[in-house]
Amino acid sequence: MSWFTEHSLTIVTFFPLLGAVVIAFLGRDRTSSVRWVALLCTLLTFLMTVWLYFEFDSHRAGMQFEEFRIWMVLPPVNYHLGVDGLSLLLILLTGFLTPLSVLVSWSSITHRTKEFFLFLLALETGMIGVFASLDLVLFFVFWEVMLIPMYFLIGIWGHERRVYAAVKFILYTMTGSALMLAGILYLYNLTGTFDLPQVLDHLTTTSLLSPPAERWLFLAFFVAFAIKVPLFPFHTWLPDAHVEAPTAGSVILAGVLLKMGTYGMLRFCLPLFPEASRDFAPIVCALAIIGIIYGALVAMVQPDLKKLVAYSSVAHLGFCVLGIFVFNAQGMEGSIYQMFSHGVSTGALFMLVGMLYDRRHTRLISEFGGLATSVPVYSTFFLIVTLSSLGLPMLNGFVGEFLIIVGSYHSRALYAALAAAGVVLAAVYLLWMYQRVFYGDITNEKNRTLPDCNLREKLILTIVVVVIVAMGVYPQPFLRRMDQSVASILQRVEKRTLLFTERAPAGHLGAGR
Amino acid sequence: MNLELLLLLMLLPPLVGATLNGILGRRLSQPIVSLIACGGAGLSMVFAIVGAWVYSASASQPAPFLHSYFTWIQAGDLRADYALYYDRLTLVMTLTVTVVAFLIHLYSRGYMEQEGGYYRFFSYLNLFLFMMLTLVTAANYPLMFVGWEGVGLCSYLLIGFYFRKRSASDAGKKAFIVTRIGDTGFSVGVALLFWTFHSLDFQTVFTRIEALPQAEFTGTLTAIGLLIFLGAVGKSAQLPLYVWLPDAMEGPTPVSALIHAATMVTAGVYLVARSSILYARAPAALAVVGLVGCLTAFFAATIALTQNDLKRMLAYSTISQLGYMFLGCGVGVFAAGIFHLMTHAFFKSLLFLAAGSVMHAMNGELDMRKMGGLRHKLKITHATFLIATLAISGVPMFAGFFSKDEILAGAYQGPLGRPWLYWLGTVTAGLTAFYMFRGLCLTFWGKSRVEPETQHHLHESSSKMTVPLMVLAFFSIVAGYVSWPRVLGGGEAFDRYLEPVFSPAAEALRNTPPHHLEGLSAGLLLGFSVVAALVGIAVAIWWYWKSTEVPVKLAKQFAGLHELLVHKYYVDEFYHWLFVRPICVISDKFLWRIVDAGAIDGVLVDGTGHASASVGGILRRIQSGNIRSYAAWVLLGAVLWLLYIFMAHS
Repeated sequence: MSWFTEHSLTIVTFFPLLGAVVIAFLGRDRTSSVRWVALLCTLLTFLMTVWLYFEFDSHRAGMQFEEFRIWMVLPPVNYHLGVDGLSLLLILLTGFLTPLSVLVSWSSITHRTKEFFLFLLALETGMIGVFASLDLVLFFVFWEVMLIPMYFLIGIWGHERRVYAAVKFILYTMTGSALMLAGILYLYNLTGTFDLPQVLDHLTTTSLLSPPAERWLFLAFFVAFAIKVPLFPFHTWLPDAHVEAPTAGSVILAGVLLKMGTYGMLRFCLPLFPEASRDFAPIVCALAIIGIIYGALVAMVQPDLKKLVAYSSVAHLGFCVLGIFVFNAQGMEGSIYQMFSHGVSTGALFMLVGMLYDRRHTRLISEFGGLATSVPVYSTFFLIVTLSSLGLPMLNGFVGEFLIIVGSYHSRALYAALAAAGVVLAAVYLLWMYQRVFYGDITNEKNRTLPDCNLREKLILTIVVVVIVAMGVYPQPFLRRMDQSVASILQRVEKRTLLFTERAPAGHLGAGR
Repeated sequence: MNLELLLLLMLLPPLVGATLNGILGRRLSQPIVSLIACGGAGLSMVFAIVGAWVYSASASQPAPFLHSYFTWIQAGDLRADYALYYDRLTLVMTLTVTVVAFLIHLYSRGYMEQEGGYYRFFSYLNLFLFMMLTLVTAANYPLMFVGWEGVGLCSYLLIGFYFRKRSASDAGKKAFIVTRIGDTGFSVGVALLFWTFHSLDFQTVFTRIEALPQAEFTGTLTAIGLLIFLGAVGKSAQLPLYVWLPDAMEGPTPVSALIHAATMVTAGVYLVARSSILYARAPAALAVVGLVGCLTAFFAATIALTQNDLKRMLAYSTISQLGYMFLGCGVGVFAAGIFHLMTHAFFKSLLFLAAGSVMHAMNGELDMRKMGGLRHKLKITHATFLIATLAISGVPMFAGFFSKDEILAGAYQGPLGRPWLYWLGTVTAGLTAFYMFRGLCLTFWGKSRVEPETQHHLHESSSKMTVPLMVLAFFSIVAGYVSWPRVLGGGEAFDRYLEPVFSPAAEALRNTPPHHLEGLSAGLLLGFSVVAALVGIAVAIWWYWKSTEVPVKLAKQFAGLHELLVHKYYVDEFYHWLFVRPICVISDKFLWRIVDAGAIDGVLVDGTGHASASVGGILRRIQSGNIRSYAAWVLLGAVLWLLYIFMAHS
């Protein structure tokens, strides 16, 4: 057990990859075993992330479960992993959504099943790695590696325009990555290390970074993350990628990949470049609010269900960015909560749309109508998820939005007012969509004989709904685990102080220091 | 038993009922479904009564009882608990809500018998009761907002209950969205409140407001008051956000009675009354409350004059009566506002339930022009409807008389009273009496205009429906007696009872600049409103029972005004033209097609792609594989290089 606790992060990160290797050795025609291996492996990974969640000490500041190994001596790149209140929830979210993605793909992926699940598992390793890395190079490696399986998931198992969408997705992200890489190298030149805690130490204790350089570096990192979020106006890859991706791809994309952007802002932009963050905050907030309103308005007029959900993500992620850049505990905790909550709700919306697509092979809203009569159970699940997405109190979406609105008011009253207007628009586009799909008489005969949810689908949706309600009714355990990390980031933005004051025991960190 | 347990026992049965019926209801028979639902509502009522009794007997009373169960949201210094707050105002609210809700549950057993989705209906109705009770017992603004949005959700689901009908699902959506527009004010107001007082608990906030030196923070408090009032305007259907309520009549009639007459729509009034100290320290905001209330009362009453749909007429009447409640709060007599809230809950839900009974008899017909003379066939319905009509018209000795009179007297003499508010309110009272008796005459009196095939169908409803009607009729008479006006030798006991709740506000308002208090005596004020009611009744009976040709002639003579009223001042059309169309068109044609697909994606993103592709295409030609062209490039390069060197040296 102690071996496990000491290497828990490494095991959580690479366990899915192990599953991918097992799948690689399975025969091409053994699709059933492939599925079961994938499910088992992702479930075990999920259990391990749950273990991390419970073992995490919410009273301790700084990194936990740290692991440190020298990887290369020159340049000094290290294998440095660790988790704090920011990454803990996102790792848990990744662990939660991946088995569900396996389940939604259970019968809808019939072509090259083996490769599909192999890529899905590899993707999970990449995602957890991004959230757990504390070395800039290691982070960058995971960040890039993760793109490859996603590229294939969209490009091979996607819909009509899948190649265009996959290429667009990868080129767009790589453009940002290039900027970030330049930033990472500049920081290395300045501080002589790639280790994030050490870089932070250097930047706080010395005045190595001139204000203009800080601003350029902020932009280099920020643009990479803004593309990932995506923040207006960098968002147009998202609708294409979502529409073309298979259901599991959309779930992971919306649920986890987008959060890497907001996570990056919290992990890098704010602590490394606090002054530049403050300088750019008004612009960032403005873009976030444009995203909230604009995303909602464009979502409203989409004829395609998946595009509607995609644009709603632009609006929801606008809330997350706004919460980060108002620099107070309410906004930031709301933002992290909203990341988690959006992952669950929007992930669920994509699963639901995917189930409908499996039945009717279309996602056009105009093809539906009156489904509440023919598929009542499905309609009820859809309604609950819709309500959670529009921020109904006692469901998960409300907590984050409420905290972000309160937090943003402190920064500028107008922010809160506009964000609140975004909440109204969310009700407009979601309820209008729900009305057109589910209410009224059945207009298309094909919809009359649709089968309602099967057992597998009911299982998936019940799990999601339970999480949605639990997160709305009792958010405390999640919020408390963020406190220390949020406080230290805020302190750092307020004034330059040591961020990672409390270090893990020296023996734990290996001989590298 | 202690109160903290009793409050839970009051809150939870409807939630349990809603969950049971929601999950299992499809497999259960109608009697079991209704047993679960009515049992939930009944238990809730019993525990509300026991709770009221325990609270009244407790030593700490009239101080509020507070209990926090556990923490809900906490971030930084913001903290919202699952905490309940029980004082005399809560007591009045919980009793009113549970009694009316229980009766309506009983009535719905009969009303919904023939409808599909029986379990769905009762599940929503139970959930509504839970949310409404959460709203009135919450001890902080965020938890109140839970109930606030929760009742909104149930309202959405129940208005759209007949979801296969386009108009019903439209109405549900409209109700949710329009009230949410108001809720933006609520949430921004709560944010400002938090950053001003660093707490969202009623107790803490109210104590801190009281402790503020006089005339400090008035600007901030005014802003908070106005923002929160915007939420109330949406939920309680006041100008300019009232447009959803008439459409909400698409829901089953018990829903109109419970949600859109007796309880949910009064949440805004409760919110203002609960925050009375805040408004008392922000007189400008309070004046706006009164002004909006008074104008809405008058405005909605004028629309009700010409409506031919029985339920829609009642809906405009509700808007108008809610206006009265806000008028009462707005002039500083909060207790009168709450008093009217209570009496209105009884007589207005009675009016709706009686209308539902008429609908049943008439095969769903609601057009009063196709009714008439129903009193012969629907004796109980007629008698109870008559009592409720007398109550709402303000005829002495019926419930509405007492509460409306208190509000009107307050509009004249209250801390923020103004004579013109009183006069407009009195005119509205006359209009109210007129349109209500118009409705009564058209529906129940005079000659029958019922179509022959419906005529055979006419019948009194079953006892499942008529018993609740009779109980509510009883309350519609006696509910007023709890506060006998002083002019008539009474002690205004209800107001005295609520005094501990509103005394800090009254104290603060005492310091507002005094205005003239002389003028009409209380007796005259009362007399005028009674005269207005009697005139309204007389004219209505004359026009719609005795000489029915008069209104037709008048409508011709004042065709313009009549059209304007029949079309409800064209407000819906105006909103559609001003907001709905432009937002849809701009989002679709401009934001999506031009900005998003055109400019950002087409020009910038794909443009970058095409540009690099074409640059590559051009550069590719250099790489032709042709030795002679490479030689030519080498030569050209050499020449340019030499030229550069020569130029640089000379």
